[in-house]
Amino acid sequence: MKIHEYQAKEILRQYGVPTPRGSVCFSVDEAIAVAQQLGGSVWVVKAQIHAGGRGQGGGVKVANSVQDVGMHAGKILGMQLVTHQTNADGQLVRRLLIEEGVQIAKEYYVGMVIDRSKQRVVLMASSEGGMEIEAVAAHSPDKIHKIWINPSSGLIDAEADTVARQIGIPNAALAQARACLQGLYRAFVEKDAMLAEINPLVLTADQNLLALDAKFNFDSNALFRHPEIVALRDLDEEDPAEVEASKFDLSYISLDGNIGCLVNGAGLAMATMDIIKLYGGMPANFLDVGGGASKEKVTEAFKLMLRNPNLRAILVNIFGGIMKCDVIAEGVVAAAREVHLKVPLVVRLEGTNVDLGKKILAESGLPIISAGDMADAAAKVVTAAKGA
Amino acid sequence: MSILINKNTKVMTQGMTGKVGQFHTLHCKNYANGANCFVAGVTPGKAGQSYESIPIFNSVMEARVQTGATVSVIYVPPPYAAAAIDEAVEAGLELVICITEGIPVHDMLRTRYKMQGKKTLLIGPNCPGLITPDEIKIGIMPGHIHRKGRIGVVSRSGTLTYEAVWQLSELGFGQSSCVGIGGDPINGMKHLSVMKLFNDDPETDAVVMVGEIGGSDEEECAHWIKSNMQKPVVGFIAGITAPLGKRMGHAGAIISGGQGGAEDKLAVMEECGIHITRNPAEMGKMMKHVLKV
Repeated sequence: MKIHEYQAKEILRQYGVPTPRGSVCFSVDEAIAVAQQLGGSVWVVKAQIHAGGRGQGGGVKVANSVQDVGMHAGKILGMQLVTHQTNADGQLVRRLLIEEGVQIAKEYYVGMVIDRSKQRVVLMASSEGGMEIEAVAAHSPDKIHKIWINPSSGLIDAEADTVARQIGIPNAALAQARACLQGLYRAFVEKDAMLAEINPLVLTADQNLLALDAKFNFDSNALFRHPEIVALRDLDEEDPAEVEASKFDLSYISLDGNIGCLVNGAGLAMATMDIIKLYGGMPANFLDVGGGASKEKVTEAFKLMLRNPNLRAILVNIFGGIMKCDVIAEGVVAAAREVHLKVPLVVRLEGTNVDLGKKILAESGLPIISAGDMADAAAKVVTAAKGA
Repeated sequence: MSILINKNTKVMTQGMTGKVGQFHTLHCKNYANGANCFVAGVTPGKAGQSYESIPIFNSVMEARVQTGATVSVIYVPPPYAAAAIDEAVEAGLELVICITEGIPVHDMLRTRYKMQGKKTLLIGPNCPGLITPDEIKIGIMPGHIHRKGRIGVVSRSGTLTYEAVWQLSELGFGQSSCVGIGGDPINGMKHLSVMKLFNDDPETDAVVMVGEIGGSDEEECAHWIKSNMQKPVVGFIAGITAPLGKRMGHAGAIISGGQGGAEDKLAVMEECGIHITRNPAEMGKMMKHVLKV
C-alpha cells in the first residue's frame, strides 16, 4: 500500500527524522494560510499524488511570495499531472503540500527495501541524491553503498556511521545522520514497510540534515496490525476497478488490451495473459479469483471485467484442484446470465469433475465457446476478440 | 526414491482443527499411504481430542515425542503462521511445509533469521505443498492429476504447477516428486535447493522448473544448472505480459527496481542450457521433445 509524501514525512518525524516544516492543503486559500503561518520568504508547493517524477511533470514549484504560493497552488490543484509513473492521462491533483523553502548544500539518497536473496532488510545510500536509484545503479553502481541489516541487532551505530561517511556526510552532521538512518530503519520494521526512501536527504547551508522528500510502501499482508496505516489510504489514487476487486477478495490489475481473463491462481493467471499475447491478442486484465471462487465471486469478477469499455472477449481458465469444475461451471453460467453477457466467452476447464463441468456449460443454452487446453483457449479467444 | 518425502514419512498438521486444515488433512490422509503418514495434529488447548482418528496434541514437541512425526504441514492463519514455523523449528523437525498465504514479510524475515544454523528445512509459505505420487501428498494439490514416474517438478505457483503436472501426465510422463516452493518474497527452499535434490535423486530423469516474475531465484538456479546439473531441465516463466511495479497476486510476483522481468529470466535460463518455452501450454511437449521419446 502506498501513501502520500506528507504522510510519509509525518511517520518519519515520529521516528526522529527531521523534515522541513509544512502542511497538507486541499484548496488555494488553505495553501495561502499555511504559507503565512510558516512565515519566511521562500516556499515550496508540491503536488501530492502517489506517482513519482512530480517535479519533471510540473507538479513542484518554488514560490518567493505568498501571492506566488496562491498562484502555483491554483495551477497545480486540479491539474492532470503526467509523470513517467502515471498513465498518459496523468493523475488528478487533489492535495498539496506547502513547505518552507530550504537552502540546500548537498543532496543524498537513502532507501530501504527487502533483499529477497539475502533475506534481510538492505539499507542503500548514495551521494547522488535527487536521482532515481535505478538510474544511479545503471550508470555508477560504485556510488551505491549497502548494508544488510541483522534483524536481531538492528542498524547499529557503527554501520550507520560507516554508510554516512561513505556517501560523504560531513563529520559535523554524523550524529544527525545516525539518527536519520536508525529512525528510518525503526519505522521500516515497526510499520511493516516494503520500501522506504528519503530522496533527497539534504544537508542544509547551516549543516542540518532534512528529509526533503519521502516515500513508503507497506506490506498489505501486515495491514491487519496497522489501523493507523490503513487510515492513510487514499482511494482516489488507486484504480477504481482494483479497489472494487479488493472488496470481494479478488486480485485484479487493469491492463491495456481487450481480452478479459478470469483465472484461479496468480501463476496460472499470468501464464494465461502470456499465452493470449503469444497467440496475437492482448490481455485486458490480470484477475485471480483465488482458491475458493463462489458463484458470487465469479459474478463480481465478470462485472469488473465488463466495466472496461475496450473489452471484446473473455477467457475463463480454471484448473480445478480443490475447486471443482462443476461448481465453477455453475458459477460461470449464473454470472453470464446475470450480467447479460454480450461479448464472446471462451471457457477452458480442467481438473476435478471436468466432464460434469463441461456438460453444465454445454447444456446452459448460452453461446459459450468451450476449449480443450490453454493453447486452444487462447487461439479461440483471440479469434473471437477480432471478430467482435 | 523421491525427494524430501516418501510413503514412510510421518506428518503432523499444525492448525488441523480449522476448516482448511481439516479439509486438506482428510484429503491427504485418503491419498495413497496417507492413513499411515498423517499421525498427529497440533492445536494448543485441544490435546486429547482427535480428528478422523488422528490424535491432537498441544504442542509440536509433544506431537513429535508421542508419534515420531518428523514433518509438519501448517494451515495456521497468517498472523500466527510464522510463530507456528518457529515452534516446528525449535522442536527439531526435519521439514516444515507452510501452506498459509498472506504472512507479513517482516514476520518471515525474523523467522528465517531464527532458522539459521538449524537443521529444519522449510517449504513455502504460500505454497501448495509437495507430493510423491502414489506414496504421499502433503498439501492442497489435487492428487488425481499426478502419475508415478521419473520427472521432477519445482514451481513457485499453485494452479500453474497443476497445469504442468497435468500436461506431463497426459503425455505419459509420471512424476518422481512435485514441489511447490511458494509465491512469497521471503520463503524457505528455493528452486536451487530443490534442483540439487532432483539432481541427486536416482529416480528422477529430468525436471520441469516453473518460475514467475520477481526476484532472482530462477537466475541463481540457472547459473548452478549450467555448471552442475546432469539432467535436462525444461523451464517456463509466467509474467511476460506483467507491467512494471504491479504486484501480480503473489506477494513475490512484482517487477521492481529493474529486477525480476520474465524476459531477463528466460534469457539467463536459455543461456544456461535450460530448455525454455514461452508457451505455458507446451511445458509437457517440450519435455517430450527434450527426452526424444
